Amino acid sequence: MTFRIGPRTSQVIAYITLLLMTAITVIVLLFIIVYILKNGLGQLTLEFLTDSTREMGKEGGILPSILGTLFIALFAILIATPLGVGSAVYLVEYTKGGPIRRIISFGADCLAGVPSIIFGLFGFIFFVISMNLGWSILSGGLTLAVMILPTIIRTSEEAIKAVPHTYREISYSLGGGKLDTILRVVLPSALPGILTGVILGVGRAVGETAAVIFTAGSSLGLPTSVFSSTRTLAVHFYILAREGISMPKAYGTAAVLIIIILVINFIAYRLMHRFIARYY
Amino acid sequence: MYKLRIRQLSLYYDSLQALKEIDLDVESNEILAVIGPANSGKSSLLRALNRLYEIDYARITGKILLDEEDIFNIPINDLRRRIGIIFATPVVLPGSIYKNIAYGPRLHRRLKKKRMDELVCDTLKSANLWDEVQDRLDDSASRLSGGQQQRLCIARTLAMQPEVIMMDEPCSGLDPISTAKIEATMLELKKDYTFILVTNNTKQAARVSDRTAFFYLGELIEVDKTQKLFTSPVDSRTDDYIRGRFG
Repeated sequence: MTFRIGPRTSQVIAYITLLLMTAITVIVLLFIIVYILKNGLGQLTLEFLTDSTREMGKEGGILPSILGTLFIALFAILIATPLGVGSAVYLVEYTKGGPIRRIISFGADCLAGVPSIIFGLFGFIFFVISMNLGWSILSGGLTLAVMILPTIIRTSEEAIKAVPHTYREISYSLGGGKLDTILRVVLPSALPGILTGVILGVGRAVGETAAVIFTAGSSLGLPTSVFSSTRTLAVHFYILAREGISMPKAYGTAAVLIIIILVINFIAYRLMHRFIARYY
Repeated sequence: MYKLRIRQLSLYYDSLQALKEIDLDVESNEILAVIGPANSGKSSLLRALNRLYEIDYARITGKILLDEEDIFNIPINDLRRRIGIIFATPVVLPGSIYKNIAYGPRLHRRLKKKRMDELVCDTLKSANLWDEVQDRLDDSASRLSGGQQQRLCIARTLAMQPEVIMMDEPCSGLDPISTAKIEATMLELKKDYTFILVTNNTKQAARVSDRTAFFYLGELIEVDKTQKLFTSPVDSRTDDYIRGRFG
């Protein structure tokens, strides 16, 4: 006699398995966040957020690192978004899916998988030394822009490809040219998808260590211009923990980093939903 | 006076010939119905007239004259403004009802807000949609029902002040009441526009059109006054199709 599982039992098994998988993912994620916040939230005083760093981070606050992180990430996004979206528009709307598009898409996929320290090394040699920008917010921002560019290109490309062909047809049939169609129909429709790519990029840029340690340096001074060297939160946290300077301050820094990423994502999704509610 | 004259028109998708040497004239202010089974070239005919076939990478041979002027001598954006098209599935663009209608005019010229408001109002009235949407012009167009969306598409086309309006099975997805509203709209608008109506519904062709053309496998089999074509067609294939023996 063979043992058989009835359709109803197999449904139940599938349901429980999938539920367990989701539960494990969520629990691991929550554990990390709760653990960091539990150890770090105690450090979060107004002084910690607004004071300059003293004694290599053992005393004082982390304002220079907060500003440095935000500036570098902002720089990276401001450079990478137009370049990435522009490339994606070109790939989808102007290459007709020919070999050029396949080669560039493949290249972007490969680049997205390159370890960030390689980008750091490249940025160090190219921006810091060859272009003589030194360890600076500018070098760090440019390096991160190069690093997140593939992600933005690929997500934008998918978002633009997903815009129904009929939208373009309607626009052309109403006498719209190619540029009108792209600017007024395709990009607004693809915006939520493009924004997802940008948010992913921001997350990577804010949390990056290897690429910025090479290119933005680790100065603890308050940044005064784009040519200032700075130490991002992630780098600060790494140095505090690794060199045993102050574990409480390290947790505090990590908590701030996590909160910044959460706030950025929250704002971005709110903006996106407001946009979707208005346009769909 | 013919609005459109089509001479020896053939259309090819790669090696597939979708239209075979069509000769057809369209009179001003008439509703010309185009009927025929699937793959008879009805939609291809419409796509040739406003050069929309170009985005499908198809090619054509032959001549098409709009008011005696070769359509290839008319700037393409002007041509598509003058010959509007309504598709089988209503596709509203993301955005409000107002923005959908304003999309076409804004491509062609700058209009003051007040003029644009008037244009939106007028075209919605012409499309028999104004009463249903007048107090929610800023709502998303995608929340309208299918029949309302199709009338919005008609209003959107009217807003460009076209001369010819082509409709590609405009009622195929609609209920009888919405269909009746659209047919009524066409009959009202006939005095100002020329219509080419592609339809799978022979009864619809009989109800609204002045003349009817029967297409079969890319060929124009015959074209005549609607009443004549439906009562005493010359070609036996037309007779078979009208009587529902095939297609």
